[in-house]
Amino acid sequence: MEIIVFYLFAAIAVIAALGVVGLRNPVYAALCLAVVFVSFAGLYVLLSAPFIAVAQVMIYAGAILILFVFVIMLLSPPVDQGEGALKWQKPLALGFVGALAVQLVLVLALAVLPSARGSLTPEVIAQRGDVQVVGAALFSDYLLPFEMTSLLLLVAIVGVIVLAKKR
Amino acid sequence: MNLDLNLQVIAPALIVALSLLLVLLGEVFLPASQRRWLGYLALIGLLGAAVVAAMLWGANLSGFGKMVVADAFGLFLTLIILLGAALSVLLAFDFVRAHQLDTGEFFALVLSAVVGMIGMVTATDLIVIFLALELLSLPLYVLAAFKRADKRSLEAGLKYFLLGAFASAFFLYGIAFVFGGTGTTNLGRIAAVLGASPRSDVALVGMGLLGVGFAFKVALVPFHWWTPDVYEGAPTVVTAFMSVAVKAAAFGAFFRVFLVALPELAADWRALLAVIAVLTMTLGNVAALLQSNVKRMLAYSSIAHAGYILIALVAMGVNGAGSALFYLLAYTLTNLGAFGAVIALSDGTRERLELNDFAGVAKAQPLVAAALTILLLSLAGFPPFAGFTGKFFIFGAAVESGWAWLAVIGVLNSLISAYFYLRPVVQMYMVEPAGGWNRLRVAPFVAFVLAIAVIGVLALGIVPAPVIALASGGFLK
Amino acid sequence: MTVHHFIILSAILFSIGAVGVLLRRNPLIMFMSIELMLNAVNLAFVGFSRFLQLVDGQVFVFLILTVAAAEVAVGLAIIVAIFRARDSVDVDEVSDLKG
Repeated sequence: MEIIVFYLFAAIAVIAALGVVGLRNPVYAALCLAVVFVSFAGLYVLLSAPFIAVAQVMIYAGAILILFVFVIMLLSPPVDQGEGALKWQKPLALGFVGALAVQLVLVLALAVLPSARGSLTPEVIAQRGDVQVVGAALFSDYLLPFEMTSLLLLVAIVGVIVLAKKR
Repeated sequence: MNLDLNLQVIAPALIVALSLLLVLLGEVFLPASQRRWLGYLALIGLLGAAVVAAMLWGANLSGFGKMVVADAFGLFLTLIILLGAALSVLLAFDFVRAHQLDTGEFFALVLSAVVGMIGMVTATDLIVIFLALELLSLPLYVLAAFKRADKRSLEAGLKYFLLGAFASAFFLYGIAFVFGGTGTTNLGRIAAVLGASPRSDVALVGMGLLGVGFAFKVALVPFHWWTPDVYEGAPTVVTAFMSVAVKAAAFGAFFRVFLVALPELAADWRALLAVIAVLTMTLGNVAALLQSNVKRMLAYSSIAHAGYILIALVAMGVNGAGSALFYLLAYTLTNLGAFGAVIALSDGTRERLELNDFAGVAKAQPLVAAALTILLLSLAGFPPFAGFTGKFFIFGAAVESGWAWLAVIGVLNSLISAYFYLRPVVQMYMVEPAGGWNRLRVAPFVAFVLAIAVIGVLALGIVPAPVIALASGGFLK
Repeated sequence: MTVHHFIILSAILFSIGAVGVLLRRNPLIMFMSIELMLNAVNLAFVGFSRFLQLVDGQVFVFLILTVAAAEVAVGLAIIVAIFRARDSVDVDEVSDLKG
């Protein structure tokens, strides 16, 4: 049962991702991106990470995507008229990424992935609660990274205001 | 659950962060005429951080569950970064006024980039390194686009942003695979796991992706092509700051990750990095030969210098890391000085950036011409300047560890580079200017930076022993 | 359902995103492709985390979400600033700087 759900979400995600990359109109691309985000949230639930699934929907689909759509509406950029100059880049880029993809998939398919190192089985997580487990780690072992993100957000705010303010 | 709140370890970064907040407050509460004080405030913060970093020397502290350390390697780089930032701030004093940039925000963003840089060189956990990398990148994207009236600056910002975010994704994917292969992101524990277990293909993939991320950040061939455009388009002060401080920070993390976490995989990465070093040096120097714009020339030259520093990573060991630290210090002083000279020669908002703009400088500004000549000779690696000593140590480390052929190619590259570094010198001393030079008043701060750079380059070149002893003392153990 | 499923899916999506960044010229779509890549990274983290039975991967994803949000704000601000300065957001079309 689970495996069917996995393949369903995986197929949706891949097709929508191809849409993001392939569609000319940025609005359609943004819609496809929303589909990717939501199907990823489904995959996170399968991985027994409901907290991340919720955060994914709220932040990626809720905040980030809305921002994209706002900017698209604000700028109403012209629909991409095919690819311009630099034709030689195309095969080069495709070759590079294709090689990367084949290599990644092959290595990963053949690789022996490590076995469990911790004790947080889905049952333990379900019992303690995903939010509590993540939260406890975030505010103890990962306190420094957490505080760094606060500075990061401050800097982002300052930067955006500088760029957006009128002269 | 233990909270290892050893604030001492991150004290230099904390002081810089504090002065960043004060600068932001000052921007709000000071009237526009008083905002130049914000530059002094930034400078005081950087100096304070340097003093604290110097006080931590030798204590070898670590904190936050071994996520950050204050070892000799990290502190030396911290001091280099603070020096580079302080000199950039001095260069920026008159620049921001002449170009009508927002003073408070400018210094605040520079300071936040410095916090990220210090984080990068003192972090011993991949996730902290990543966050520090973002903390230094975000302000620099904005700083590159800071001249909002100038479309070239905006384009530089966009290009830098897209490439930087692309590189971050690779870097992060690398972290994911290293985590998947070893179950940890702590550099020391990664090395322990890799040493104890059979070869992990997943970690190997992770290493490759991390390498790509670093290669973008320090501009190694074939991930260098954004550099000339971004360096040319960004405001000159920002270019000066980026070209030295980002390099020091990114190379610091590059060295630490590969030497501390991945020595088990050294057989895999050494040969590859050696090839990349050759490509980077050669391409950087050859492309620099073809440039007529001084900023672009310095951009390609910075690519070539990244190639030299990479040789030190291939050499590994105490000598490799020590010589890289020395080289980064010499490069920071020299490159900032060279950009300082370029800034000194611009009058008002008009910048003289084309090679033939330099004609006749020796008559109009003999001191600036002399300083720029010394700095360019140092970049080219002529004795008795710091650039020569730095290259000498790096090539020496390469020969000692059995990579003599790499050192030979490095020397050949230095010879090529002499040609394009001497071209502005020839222009300054031997070519009559087409138009006249107005008498230029070199701002005292810029003159001060030039003086420090020249004195530093001479001192490091003639008596390098004490500094090299500090640089290679107690490395990464 | 093993960890391989998730990691290979993540690799495929990462590659699709990388293709998008390298081939498209519209900065908005390039940027969306980068978001795709970041999502692929997140999937890898959560996948590894689940099968290593560690919580760390989930914490990283939480941090990456924050970083991504900050990055989006700055990136879109730059794109808007360029668009206000002129009427095009095509990387090569706007390029006076040619390498």
